[in-house]
Amino acid sequence: MIDENTDGTDVAVKVPTNVPIVDYLILGDDPHLVANECKECGARYFDRRNACARCGKVEFVSARVSNEATLRSFSVVHRAAPGIPVPYVSAIVQTDDGTSVRANVVGLNDPMKVELGMRVRLTTYGCGTDDIGTECMAFGYVAA
Amino acid sequence: MGDAVWVLGASMTRFGRYPDLDSVDLAAQACMDALADGGTTIHDMDVLAAGSLFQPPGMGQRVQKQIGQTGIPVYNVTNACATGATALRLVYMAIKAGEAQMGLAFGVEQMGKMGLLRGGSKEEANVYEPSGRHGAVTAVDGILGTETMPGVFAQAGMEYAYENEGVGFEQFARVAFKNHQHSTLNPLAQYRKEFTMEEIMSSPVQSYPNTLLMCCPTGDGAAAAILVSEERLRSLPIDVRKRAVKISASVLTSDPWVESGQVQPDVNTLTRNAAAQAYEAAGVGPEDLDLVELHDCFATAELIHYDNLGLCERGGAGEFIDSGGPFRDGRTPVNVSGGLISKGHPIGATGVANVYEVTTHLRGEAGDRQIKGARVGLAHVIGLGSACGIHILEKSAA
Repeated sequence: MIDENTDGTDVAVKVPTNVPIVDYLILGDDPHLVANECKECGARYFDRRNACARCGKVEFVSARVSNEATLRSFSVVHRAAPGIPVPYVSAIVQTDDGTSVRANVVGLNDPMKVELGMRVRLTTYGCGTDDIGTECMAFGYVAA
Repeated sequence: MGDAVWVLGASMTRFGRYPDLDSVDLAAQACMDALADGGTTIHDMDVLAAGSLFQPPGMGQRVQKQIGQTGIPVYNVTNACATGATALRLVYMAIKAGEAQMGLAFGVEQMGKMGLLRGGSKEEANVYEPSGRHGAVTAVDGILGTETMPGVFAQAGMEYAYENEGVGFEQFARVAFKNHQHSTLNPLAQYRKEFTMEEIMSSPVQSYPNTLLMCCPTGDGAAAAILVSEERLRSLPIDVRKRAVKISASVLTSDPWVESGQVQPDVNTLTRNAAAQAYEAAGVGPEDLDLVELHDCFATAELIHYDNLGLCERGGAGEFIDSGGPFRDGRTPVNVSGGLISKGHPIGATGVANVYEVTTHLRGEAGDRQIKGARVGLAHVIGLGSACGIHILEKSAA
């Protein structure tokens, strides 16, 4: 990859060794999720919004989402589109600061060991590599 | 009184698979039958609303070419699984607004064997580049939870199980047991086979707790209804008039904001809101309903709608199914047609077909599956995104 310096000369840019699967996952030493939070009412969104869907105000700040959560619902998915490994545990968790997140529960020996109300914690793991060797990092939740 | 809108005619094709027909054929058949059922022709119609989700554009105009091009306004409607109900309500609104005296609404879908809905295929990108509203570098279905319909509705049901006692795999399975059993009496159902609880619970898991026999099939079919103003109805012959059924409430809602809505569709709040508005408009309560056709795309969905529609105590959906409440001989028969699970769910047709079903019972013309003496019924659909349509129908004298 080639970028341009401020003085106009080309400079080689280091290819990142990994990328987050979505832009609301922040990698590094302290992986976590971020959300666009309405300054007025605190409603959080993982994507961009023109106005808050709850209160209609238009100012947002970036907010860190808690890594600790409680599992509110799940499904053990046995049938999926071709190429997606099954079974896997899809879950809706609610973080300790009140944000709902959809992700897989990972690290269970048996998918049916998943339990409503279980305490979970955010984790990250590699879920694929592209042609130039960049690893895709996904997030999921493990039993806490 | 005096400005109500009535169902004058209604019809549906049997739901199933029609590889030798196309969606225009199916819709035209339902429309011709509904027009004849109401003692009318296309030349009596002031407005046409056509509902379909996966068909090519211009469905209403293409059906006109089959049944009569009279130059009336045509509205092509799409609103997820609430498409048919939305088309019906559009005609209702045109009559309410005084712009039409009589109108035709139809819904149609030809899905063939589409298989699993939603959930992208996993394609490994050559070079990861963020795209879309979440800057995703690859398809996230199956990695960040599920986007498949059986899974999304499984999660909706399991959240209810988390919040309420007495709800689990067995209660969800019993919903499917009931609807398969009901469908054996309905000649228009796609499937008419009874299954044991054991067969339902041991059929292949799609998305736990939804097994194959707890999921609606894909299929083909159409349904149509003729609506008429009260004023115009009164000018019609007595034998036509006495079969008309009154629409006591027609409601459409969408999602209000809820915290979890951005990651998991909330099928509850908008259904509760629609139900409250519909009961208020009709001046009836859930205890007055003689039958309900509700949106059982999956067994997990039907169970939570018992609660959302007020058919049981708050939190009491498990007890309601366990005590037999929604069976055809129970307190409030639910999905005596077999429901989406067994009657089938050609998406655009569903919201008109359940109005056909309720209408047929209120007319006392439902044959073997007739709920005796039915006077008030409710038809409910929900489309993810979301849209909820509720119609309350009453047997009444015009």
